[in-house]
Amino acid sequence: MSKDPSRISRRSAIGAGVALAVGGNAFAQAAKYGPGASATEIKLGQTMPYSGPASAYGTIGKLHQAYFKMLNENGGVNGRKINLISLDDGYSPPKAVEMVRRLVEQDEVLALFQTLGTPSNSAIHKYVNAKKVPHLLLATGATKWGDPKNFPWTMGFNPSYAAEGAIYGRYLIKTKPNAKVAILYQNDDYGKDLLKGVEETLSGPHAKMIVKKASYEVSDPTVDSQILTLQGSGADTFINITTPKFAAQAVRKAWDSGWKPLHIVNNVGASVGSVLVPAGLEKSVGLLTMQYYKDPNDPQWKDDPSMLEWRGFMGRYYRDGDPKDASNLYAYITAQLMVQILKQCGNDLTRENVMRQAANLKNIKLPLLLPGMTINTSPTDYFPIEQGQLAKFTGTLWQGFGELISTDAR
Amino acid sequence: MTTLDRRKLAGLVLVLLLACALPFFIANYRVFQMTLVLAYAIALLGLNMLTGYNGQISLGHGAFYAIGAYTAAILMDKAGLPYWATIPLAGAACFVAGFLFGLPALRLEGLYLALATFALGIAMPQILKHKSIEGWTGGVQGITILKPDAPPWTGLSQDRWLYFFTLAWMVFLFVLGWNLLRGRIGRAMVAIRDQPIAAQAMGVNTAMVKSLTFGVSALYTGIAGALGAIAVQFVAPDSFNLFLSITLLTGVVIGGLASISGAIFGALFIQFVPNVADQISKAAPWAIYGIVLIAFMYAMPTGVAGFLRLARARLVRRPSGPIPR
Repeated sequence: MSKDPSRISRRSAIGAGVALAVGGNAFAQAAKYGPGASATEIKLGQTMPYSGPASAYGTIGKLHQAYFKMLNENGGVNGRKINLISLDDGYSPPKAVEMVRRLVEQDEVLALFQTLGTPSNSAIHKYVNAKKVPHLLLATGATKWGDPKNFPWTMGFNPSYAAEGAIYGRYLIKTKPNAKVAILYQNDDYGKDLLKGVEETLSGPHAKMIVKKASYEVSDPTVDSQILTLQGSGADTFINITTPKFAAQAVRKAWDSGWKPLHIVNNVGASVGSVLVPAGLEKSVGLLTMQYYKDPNDPQWKDDPSMLEWRGFMGRYYRDGDPKDASNLYAYITAQLMVQILKQCGNDLTRENVMRQAANLKNIKLPLLLPGMTINTSPTDYFPIEQGQLAKFTGTLWQGFGELISTDAR
Repeated sequence: MTTLDRRKLAGLVLVLLLACALPFFIANYRVFQMTLVLAYAIALLGLNMLTGYNGQISLGHGAFYAIGAYTAAILMDKAGLPYWATIPLAGAACFVAGFLFGLPALRLEGLYLALATFALGIAMPQILKHKSIEGWTGGVQGITILKPDAPPWTGLSQDRWLYFFTLAWMVFLFVLGWNLLRGRIGRAMVAIRDQPIAAQAMGVNTAMVKSLTFGVSALYTGIAGALGAIAVQFVAPDSFNLFLSITLLTGVVIGGLASISGAIFGALFIQFVPNVADQISKAAPWAIYGIVLIAFMYAMPTGVAGFLRLARARLVRRPSGPIPR
């Protein structure tokens, strides 16, 4: 190519210097880059409901932005800054398709991270798998995200709703086999998924345990009449599959009406700050739920080092965020896990390797998860969180009891 | 606009040529966005017939958009029909639905009709989730549609092919709409809007024209829904919430009431302004959207089409007749 060897050597010397300066401890000549990755930057994309009916969850995307800002100020991941392009989909599936196509085809992101909502993710499920774009840590608990055989590019984050339902079912069979169970559920994919987990566990000889089911729509003003119907069935156990607003109403009504059953409220509706305080703490004593991360409103974690770190972050980087909102803690955990995957990728930042590393998480401990929990995935296991713990509400805090239980759906 | 003079015709041909050339200069993702614009334009023309020309306000046209989308999706998914065959069927289904809804709506005027259609818009997502039809609609999970391939002789990508497919439908429906609106029926529609009693005295069958307008309007919106669903490849109840209905009405007003070309401007607005708003502020994208909306209405009270008409009249400096509303 060139006749002047001295020039080549000078050029490569400069190149090596740049590589050292940029890559830090990593050697750049071994680096492999797919779309959206370079020696200085890793581009991630997501859609979030910043507007529309689910805009309360928009805080998750804002926290991610703040987290990566902090990370970049501290040197990024293996010397590369993370650039998260977060777009509004208004919780509308067609808009999600449009935005994800933009992220993939125009912005050329390396991977999608925490796209939120079952409808939006359903709409892009086939597309991202056809395009072979890592579709990681979806912010939804539908069971269908853990299907590596048919959708090898999609991996959820939340423990599946069906698995959570199965845990409640198994708990009842073990501790209260003669229970008469009434169930209230939200009439959508989330509610039905969780209900399915309960029903599949309470089947066969246990099928008689379920005496009554009632559903409500997200647009309903209250669930009072449903509670009275369930109470009228003579049930002594109540599985409450509802989102925060309705969970608070149900907890209060089940108490005020004098029913007072053994009351299991699902994880989605178990936040102390947004559910139990409005419902009345004294009315919440004895509630059961399943947890997998620490509740920011729970006094037992007040001086927990990981909680202090998180509060410090909230104060410095995300002052607009509500430190009582468990979504902000959830988002912090998912951002940490994403960083873990990228760290594991090292200098091989191709989409294939990102997916390989996402499916190769071994004994990852994140401090905001419950003590003892680990995250594990494999090419045949696309459920990162597969543990939880039952907890009982004491009137001030959720007291975990029993061992960590596996939520393994399979 | 009752006839086309030669200059206008030349202008339209030029716009059409540009529309045909456009997909070859932009990325597939942009082509997809433009396909949605075309689908929205058809829906807006449908709604404009009802609201702009006939004076019936509908806050529930998202429901007809949904019926069209679901008809296409179910026919493709369950009956195995090819995508092109589902479009007229979706239109027919919506015509019937719109006509039937239009009959009782005859008794309602102005705001009361707006409320009745509003109810339809609210109810639609829940109707789609209902157990009795879950077998077809897929319930809350919705239906995923396979994206149609372009016929091999065209050599086009899927997105470009869908763009041309949608463009062809749009041109066809716009010509049809133009024919309808400038003729006897169009005049009857406007007469009912402006002077219902006088129109009746002139021998216009008010009830029939109003119901038919409702039907045709729903037909247009339904075809748009079907085209949109095929482009997006997915339908679910959450795709067709109340905001879609409101967005459609916003598009009609921004584009210009009782204007055919206004439908295109309105479609561009509802497709792209939310994206711009999101770029400006993540905290309150809708506040930005609202500000843009107010600015538009303040600067162009007769919509984009009305504004252009005024500007042209002023530029040409030709004394023109009264500006049609």
